[in-house]
Formats: sequence, structure tokens, C-alpha cells
Amino acid sequence: MTEVAINPVNPYLRMDRMPSIWCPGCGIGTSVNCFARALTQSKIDLKKTAVVSGIGCTGRVSGYMSVDSFHTTHGRALAFATGLKLGNPELNVVVYSGEGDLIAIGGNHFIHAARRNLDVLCVCVNNFTYGMTGGQVSPTSPATAKFTTAPLGQFEEPFNLPYLADSCGAVYVARWTTFHVRELTKAMRDALKKRGFRFIEVISPCPTLYQRRNRLGDGLDAMKYYQEKSVKKNGANTSELRIDFQSEITVGTFVDRERPTFADAMNARYKEVLGPRYVPCPDNYVPPQAKGEGT
Amino acid sequence: MAADPRGVLTGQHYLDGNHAACEGALAAGCRFAAGYPITPSTEVVERIAQRFPTMGGVFIQMEDEIAASITLQGGVWAGKKALTVTSGPGFSLMMEHVGLAAITECPCVFVNVQRGGPSTGLPTLPGQADMMQARWGSHGDYEIIALCPQSPQECFDFAIKAFNLAETWRVPVMLMMDECVGHMTERVVIPNAEDIEVVERNFTKKKPGEYKPFDAGDGWVPEMAKAGDGYNLFVTGLTHDERGYPVMNHHAQEKLVHRLVDKIRKNADKICEWEEDGIEGAEVVVMSYGITSRVAQRGVEIAREQGIKVGTMRLIVAWPFPEKRVKQIAPTIKSFVMPELNYGQMVFELERCVAGMTRTVLVPHGGGEVHDPQVIANAIIEAARGKN
Repeated sequence: MTEVAINPVNPYLRMDRMPSIWCPGCGIGTSVNCFARALTQSKIDLKKTAVVSGIGCTGRVSGYMSVDSFHTTHGRALAFATGLKLGNPELNVVVYSGEGDLIAIGGNHFIHAARRNLDVLCVCVNNFTYGMTGGQVSPTSPATAKFTTAPLGQFEEPFNLPYLADSCGAVYVARWTTFHVRELTKAMRDALKKRGFRFIEVISPCPTLYQRRNRLGDGLDAMKYYQEKSVKKNGANTSELRIDFQSEITVGTFVDRERPTFADAMNARYKEVLGPRYVPCPDNYVPPQAKGEGT
Repeated sequence: MAADPRGVLTGQHYLDGNHAACEGALAAGCRFAAGYPITPSTEVVERIAQRFPTMGGVFIQMEDEIAASITLQGGVWAGKKALTVTSGPGFSLMMEHVGLAAITECPCVFVNVQRGGPSTGLPTLPGQADMMQARWGSHGDYEIIALCPQSPQECFDFAIKAFNLAETWRVPVMLMMDECVGHMTERVVIPNAEDIEVVERNFTKKKPGEYKPFDAGDGWVPEMAKAGDGYNLFVTGLTHDERGYPVMNHHAQEKLVHRLVDKIRKNADKICEWEEDGIEGAEVVVMSYGITSRVAQRGVEIAREQGIKVGTMRLIVAWPFPEKRVKQIAPTIKSFVMPELNYGQMVFELERCVAGMTRTVLVPHGGGEVHDPQVIANAIIEAARGKN
């Protein structure tokens, strides 16, 4: 009998839910592959790891990961993750969603989660469009590109996501494309080991909608574009990372700094003011009666 | 199970309804709260922010009510009992997450200190015009439970009841206060912790692999698990099967939504709660809830002084509605009279249940103040004479 090699990322996925909903050539699966490898390499406790997503193509990531998975409402993954992390500080919480979800409808939660330095890893797959709903214009859509809701070509200013994350206070900011699988895996591994609000933008192809409508070819053409037009600049000034239509894409690690997390700051303040009267949130609170200690 | 003594401020207090609701939540074991400031409800979270740090609770003021209403659900899946507090405009923003809590069967408590609306309306003055929104505000089919306290003591008692019902049925529970009850100050007696009955979450004892998070078995309510316990939970707002996996067809929809609705409808007898007085032999029955029930009491007395036989029915649980009891009473009386601080909300439910067996008379009020008891008395008198 021929032995069939098991894909090393299978244990990290809910294999009973495969195949995924993602189109051929889509980059979300590639990013998930990198994420699964980063989980292995970082050796974090998977039992204490939760993935939270919003709505959209990337919003389906949480449901394919074989960890505690929360597929929440549109734009609110970070707000849900805030409750999950503060309610049980020992959890490793990863928010994994698309740019329409995190930055448009969820933009307010994004800036405040970064400002608070909420201790979560936030992976944003940016494919410049709303895929699940059929290719509408998104907050990162580059000017002149066509979308169902910008049929004559987009004319708004696109968001520069690393600049946004940096200016709101994220402690780790990186951008890679789905061509850069080794670099992306390493960025995810490094970010998993760090504390605070960590932001990774993953530039990812959408051959079915964004590329087809703009005559940009298939998934392989996207890889060629990323290969030819990506420029690695670690530590680049985030204000200069704007992406225009088929323009150069600056990739790398732009921010890596330390700052107290929301919980660090809260614990420090309450300890300072309340002293021994402060009772921090226990990781897994069990009422005394349930342990047989009380009445 | 008795309450955790760390959350119980045993003794006699002079508290307003908002502070009393906070103490009720703490006594019930609430250790997570997310809020956003809004008049006339803010005192609830102000007190929580002060009290939590010495009892292992976490409070966070979020960037808006949309966030607060889902942050609390993150807290629940982390294993905490959680609440959020708001008023009209904030309640409107929270509606999508009432639906999320309903479909994910996330036990949690929404406190709404009702003010006059619509829109910004009357921020500092009372209303009872969110009663239908509490029941129907989110899209799709679901059921919730709503409680209506009429005093600070009941704000304390019903906050505990709200958490107990949320844990028992795994539904969002609405504590529907109003500005009057929230800001009225009265004596509140907080019992000893051992005398407070608290329902703890029904965490599963099954092993990972055996446990299906949305399988209610022969009952109505699935056992729960929390993040970090090794169950690889999958919680989604999509229609899902017993494993929590999304299933996009009408069979899965029928199975799930049917149970979400029926777990409350088929158990309404266990959940419904009201107070009644003088129904036997009554010509007219006054149904009311919240602050209006205290005002109505004076109207009832005036009418009784005129020799009219008036019964009263005060809703403690407004949703689910006491349909069976209304159907028993309806054929025996001339009319129901229902004063509320709105232009007709719960009266429509009353009318539906009465089903033409007797008359229903609404005593409407746009909010901003309570009814004049004489107006309620006049409505009772006219109803008894068959004139309105």
C-alpha cells in the first residue's frame, strides 16, 4: 500500500469542514497555511488559543481552525475579542478578518483596540474588495480600479493600513503578500510570541472578482505581480506605504516596540490605588461554593 | 446555589434603582460588564466601575454601544456572567447583538433604563416605549425574556432574576427599567449571601469529542462550555447544527430556530410572572408594568372608591406574556384597561391574547412624566360603564 503523507497543517484545521469556500487562486487559504505553521513553530498552547472573525471571505477563517472559534457579526470581531481576552486573560486571542470587516464597518473598534493596546494578534487579509458580496469597493480599493459599486473606477483615497495601525498605537506592524509565505509565517510566529496589539496586513489576491473585473489575470498573475513589485523595507516609515493600482508594494516589519497592554495598565493603576484590596480578574473564576468552600 | 458573598452588600440601604440594579447584578455573580455612557442609565456602570476592582470583576467602557453589546458576549464565552447597560438610542444600536446572543444562546443581561423617544427624545425623562423593541428589535425569529421592576428593591431583585433566567434558558434577558424607577431612591434590603438563590452556568462535564455545544438532547437548553477548556468550540451567528457548524439549508434553519423559539414559548408557564389582586368578581382589570403600575394603583383606588370592582394584573415578566392567564380572565370581565408610557405597545399583545373575548382600553402617554392617576381612574370608570 502506498503511504499518503499527511499535510502537516491538517491537525490545525477542522478537516471535516473541507473543502473550504474559497475560490481557486484566492490567497486566504495561503495565509491560513502560514498561520497554521506559525502556530506549530511558536509552540503556544492551542487549548488556550481562540480565533475570532467577523463576516466576509476572511471571516470564515475562524471556523476552519481547529481551536476555539468565534465567527461573530460584521465588523465586531475586535469588540468580541476584547471581552474574550479581558474575561480570560490566559487566552491567546487572534482576530482574523478582512479589510472591509476590520477597517470599514469595524474601523472604530480597530482604532480603539490599537489605542488600548489590547493583547491580541490582528491579521487583516487585504484583497482590496468585498469578495463575499460580489466585488464592491472597499476602504483599501486603489483609485481607478473598477468595482460593482464603482463601475467607472474608484476615486476615493485608499487607507494605508500599516500607517493607521502605527498611528493608533499598535506594538507590531508588518505587511506581507501571499507570495511571501516564509516571511509571513515568520511574522505570524514572531507576533504570536509578542504581547499587545499586533497587526499583520496580508496582501492577497481575489482572482474571481477584483482581478477579473480589472483584467489582472488569475492567481498566478497575482503572484507574479507580488514577486516583481514588492519591495522589502523593514522599519520603513509607515506614512509612505500607500498602495496604488498595481503599484509597488512595500513589505516588511515596520513597527516592533513595547508598550503596556490594556490589562497591564489596568492592573498597575488599580494596584497603585487600591493596594492589597485589588482583586484582579482570575483566569478561570470559580465561585467559592462550587469548590465546596462556602455556604 | 447561594450567592458569592464577595458580591453581596448585605444590609439595609437607601439606593436609587440604577445603583440597586448594579448591586443585584453583583449579587447574581456578574463579573464582567461593558458599557457606554448614556442618560439615564449611566449610574449602573459607574457603580460597577467602582465596585468591580475589589471583587475580581472586569469593567470596560467601550467605544460605542455596538461594541459594548458584543464585548459582553466575549466575556460570557470567556466564562463570566456579563451585562451591559443602556437607554433608548444605545438600545437601538445593540439590536444586532441581541440577535447574535439569541442564535449563539449566549446567556447575558441587557439593562435598558427607558427614556422618552424616538431618537434622542427625552434623555432625562421616563418612557416605556422600548417594550416592543426589546421583543422584536433584532431581525429574524427568536425569543427573549424581559423583566419590569417598579421600585429600587425590584431593580435589585429582578437583576438577580435576570441573570438566573439567562443562565437557565441561555437567552439574552432584558431588564426593562425606566428613568423614574432608575432615579427614584428608596429603601433596598440586600439579604445575606446564603439567602440569595443564584443559578450557575450549566457547564458540560462531557469530554471533548463527545460534547456537541448546540445539542440540547431531550431538553431545550444545551450544556455550555467556555473558551480555553479544550473543546474547540465553534460559535457562529450563521444557522448551525449541533456541532456549531454552519449549515445553509431550510432543514437546519427549521431545527435551530424552532428550538430557539420553542424553548421559551413551550416553557412560558415556568417563566411568566405577574402579581394580581381582586380579579375575582372584577368588572375591569388594569394591566400595567414598571413605574406605571405604581401610578395605576392610585387610579384603581379612586375607581374603587366609586364602587367599581377593579382587579389588577402587574407584569413582572413582560416577555413572554402571560397569555394563558389573560385568556382565563378575559371572558369574566367587561374590559381590560392598560396604561403605559407609550402610544400602545404591550396593549397590542394584550389585545391579541384577549382575542375579542372582552374589550381592551389603552391609556396612552407619550412619556416625559408619569400618568395622572385621575386619567387612569376615569378610563376605569368609563370602561366599567361600557363608555370608552
